[in-house]
Amino acid sequence: MEPSKIADMLSSEFAGEVIAINEFRGQTGVTLKKEKILPIARWLHDTPALCFDYLRDLCGVDYKKMKDPRFEVVYNLYSMTHRHTIRLNVQVADKQPIESVVSVWKTADWHERECFDMYGIVFEGHPDLRRVLMPEDWDGHPLRKDYPTAGPEGEEWSGFKEVLKKSEDFKKFGWYR
Amino acid sequence: MLIDGTLGLVEVEKGIQVIPGANTIITSLDKVINWGRKSSLWPVTFGLACCAIEMMAAGSSHYDLDRLGIIFRGSPRQADCMIVAGTVTKKMAPIVRKVYDQMPEPKYVIAMGSCACTGNVYRTYSVVQGCDLFLPVDVYVPGCPPRPEALFDGIIKLQEIMMKERMRWSPLK
Repeated sequence: MEPSKIADMLSSEFAGEVIAINEFRGQTGVTLKKEKILPIARWLHDTPALCFDYLRDLCGVDYKKMKDPRFEVVYNLYSMTHRHTIRLNVQVADKQPIESVVSVWKTADWHERECFDMYGIVFEGHPDLRRVLMPEDWDGHPLRKDYPTAGPEGEEWSGFKEVLKKSEDFKKFGWYR
Repeated sequence: MLIDGTLGLVEVEKGIQVIPGANTIITSLDKVINWGRKSSLWPVTFGLACCAIEMMAAGSSHYDLDRLGIIFRGSPRQADCMIVAGTVTKKMAPIVRKVYDQMPEPKYVIAMGSCACTGNVYRTYSVVQGCDLFLPVDVYVPGCPPRPEALFDGIIKLQEIMMKERMRWSPLK
């Protein structure tokens, strides 16, 4: 099925939820409100004519000072049976939770954890929402636009400080020193 | 075979003398031990990023590190050299340090690639700005990634350093 047709089906099924449909270079993206993301995901997955059985990717975007609400969660969907694709852009405001889609696609588990880790977007109903890339005791969410690229000034992750101290302590056992 | 007494001791290299015909070499213990060490440098098998691919290329048949007596060992306890090949992240640093601490003396570190030397362009929250912050590095091999020839050059530099060592086999120093 053509992606634009899928987008039309989606906007007629969930009329109040669709904010915009964007087409660019043959790709179609549907901008959605976040409230009904779980029923929409379930509907896209279960409708036989659509059958989006594969979540290609789930990621976050920070549009600080560019868009309001600030964040977007992007779902790239693909159907193995029909070989068609669609993208969902779901708007999330800062400090607002969004529903988890792990119950629809198992893949979403670690993707949502990564999204939480990098942007601090909370996924409600996620079975185990912990950090996945950064150390567990890391402070802050690094891919946010207001996070300094080189890390917060004068602060250092405790685990790395331990290593520095260890290497300093062990110098007296080294051969050179 | 007769020993030719007229020649006396023949110096084949600085600090190494032979008695012609007697099958005897006179040299210092330092030289023998260092020569043995540099001729069988066993690095621990471990890579962190794209430099590791180049390190593997250096180890495989086209370049062949075996020519220098270098065999990668799967355990730090059987290794005496560590090639830090790639970007060291802060999360990885404690593990790299642990591998280094598990190696028995004498041990050497080669920082391979710009990331391991200085952190390269990654002046970021997650990347260690040079693995010499927490490891005693002997040789720096710059490049992004360095070609196998450059790694060979670094290893030969390390061998030169090893040959200059004195009394590293003795607890007395």
